[in-house]
Amino acid sequence: MKKPKVGIFDFACCEGCQLQIANIGEDVLDVLGSIDVVEWREVMSEKWGKNLDIAIVEGSITNPHAVKRIQRIRKKAKILIAYGSCATIGGVNGMKNNFNLDDIRKYVYGDSYRFFPTEMTKAVHQTVKVDYFVNGCPVYIPEFVAVLKAVLQGVPYYVPDYPVCVECKLNENVCMYDRKVTCLGPVTRAGCNAWCINNGNICYGCRGMVSNPNEKGAQDVLAKYKIPMDLILNKMNMYNKCRELG
Amino acid sequence: MDKRNININVEYLTRVEGHGNIVINVKEGRLDTCRLDIVEAPRFFEGMLRGRSIFEAQHITSRICGICACGHTLASIQAAEDALGITPTEQTIKLRKLLLHLEMLDSHILHIYLLVAPDLLGVKSFVPLINSHNEVVRRALRMKKTCNDMCDILVGRHVHPISAIVGGFTKLPRQSDLDAMLDMLKKMRTDMDATVELAASLKFPIFERDTEYVALISDDGEYPLLMGDIGSTDGVRMNKKDYKKITNEFVVPHSSAKHAKLSRESYAVGALARFNLNSEKLHPKAKEVATAVGLKPKCINPYLNTVAQLVESFHCLEDAISIVEDLKNTSLHYDEEIVVGLNEQHKIPVRADNGVGAVEVPRGILFHNYQTDKNGIITNANCIIPTNQNTGNIEYDMMELVPEILDKSDEEITLAIEMLVRSYDPCISCSTHLLNIKFVNK
Repeated sequence: MKKPKVGIFDFACCEGCQLQIANIGEDVLDVLGSIDVVEWREVMSEKWGKNLDIAIVEGSITNPHAVKRIQRIRKKAKILIAYGSCATIGGVNGMKNNFNLDDIRKYVYGDSYRFFPTEMTKAVHQTVKVDYFVNGCPVYIPEFVAVLKAVLQGVPYYVPDYPVCVECKLNENVCMYDRKVTCLGPVTRAGCNAWCINNGNICYGCRGMVSNPNEKGAQDVLAKYKIPMDLILNKMNMYNKCRELG
Repeated sequence: MDKRNININVEYLTRVEGHGNIVINVKEGRLDTCRLDIVEAPRFFEGMLRGRSIFEAQHITSRICGICACGHTLASIQAAEDALGITPTEQTIKLRKLLLHLEMLDSHILHIYLLVAPDLLGVKSFVPLINSHNEVVRRALRMKKTCNDMCDILVGRHVHPISAIVGGFTKLPRQSDLDAMLDMLKKMRTDMDATVELAASLKFPIFERDTEYVALISDDGEYPLLMGDIGSTDGVRMNKKDYKKITNEFVVPHSSAKHAKLSRESYAVGALARFNLNSEKLHPKAKEVATAVGLKPKCINPYLNTVAQLVESFHCLEDAISIVEDLKNTSLHYDEEIVVGLNEQHKIPVRADNGVGAVEVPRGILFHNYQTDKNGIITNANCIIPTNQNTGNIEYDMMELVPEILDKSDEEITLAIEMLVRSYDPCISCSTHLLNIKFVNK
């Protein structure tokens, strides 16, 4: 079988999800052995510029230049994978949408703000069609490998649509609400094996909201622990503000 | 030769973190334009932090950069704790120093092997090296994985650490974890020795330009990375609260851009700056390596920043081993494990104040500064990253280097300049605000 030509591209992001690939260690050579990476600016000087079988895209779409660039990549690629929270749900870049864009530009760049055009942050699928989603900030490598296998076999990958709590309970963690702090596990898509809660922190919602959250149940939990709705909404907006753009 | 025209335009410089362009224009043998443009899509982190809880600052600012996520975490926590008036425990400080060492090692290895070595071995990336230098690539990936695995144990993961937060750690390593880390660290020694051999076989370009180097300094005998005052090779010393007097942002004529300068037209931060200021405090093993590769302070060849990274890697490895051994011997206080969340339970008192964090991260000194209101909500934020401070210095290097190598071909000049920029290990994705961007209106 001919190895698929793969390009790895980044938009507004921290490039940490690309780094997760290098963090696989020597086994990355096996992953790279099943594909033909022809363009990856972060670690390669080689440039491709031709058609691709697979484009892996990290980062959010935040300015007019990025819109044109992602459209060009979409045209060239048979399969497009949105890779990491910034690409799949807008991620932390979405917090910008809480502000008037001119105001936030002036706050950061002062008088030079005009030189920094920006638009409302969008996830990749809010600009072009996306075929596969790898959620997470950062991505969870076992899930990335699962998605890559699905792509290579030409079958769909279904992101879990049940909450992080399911995985968290299986790991026998003490519920964060019982430890008297709020956690977004009940409304966030699973698939990370409750990574943050396993390490004593809370879920921040980086994998996006489940499509059908148990709102009544969540309200009951908030009422039981006397937690104001504002606090939870503000927390949800850390990663999930872009959901409002539809 | 005198009448030569050169027009070099490197769009999206590769093998650096983030997007940067190099523009060089020589008209009739005279250098006309020489720029490193930062073209990363701005993400407005400082703006976005306003209105967020001080207890969220670490989680958010870690996302500034995937390469130095732990460095941003530590600078952010330091700034937040400064604002809240928290003094971390001795155990917390040890663990934070360990975390910083692991990230420094991880980042330096990535830079030396995957980003710089391909240039010196005459290939375009590490991909051809998989065939020609398979063992070297495997070693690099193995060492990176080890650093990564140790971060997994210590803070849940390297890219966006989970358990390091304001006030301490949400999860502390168990005895078996410490044993595992110690084992991994000691095994790394063999690969590190092989790295010296590799470095000794590489030929770095010879180019010198005297400049001011800025890094943390201190009065004790420890190589300062996590804490200290800000110092320079021109004799400056200031408290971290005065960081703005160090960076001195100023506007360049004919440009809307700002540059950073201290005693001269520009300054440099990073491994070479730290080496130049604090080499006598390095671990003996690191000093040995410096002697073996011929690195002496004050070294003013910017290409040798990579060599300084190698020397520092030894320091970080050996000091990390000492810290883990120390933790094993003294046994950890598990009652220091904390659950904070967004401080819903008001476990940590908040106040209106202003806090600064100054931490040496792989690419140089990093500043975080937050102002909070009485409810612990961030009202102002400022982050100045190492690459922003270096960009002006890189441009001055280019201006001096290009006339020296005008007899070379365009390709050779381009490569020399690309390598120069890469030697600073620029992390452009980090660029929270683009201090040094220049716009030429043609």
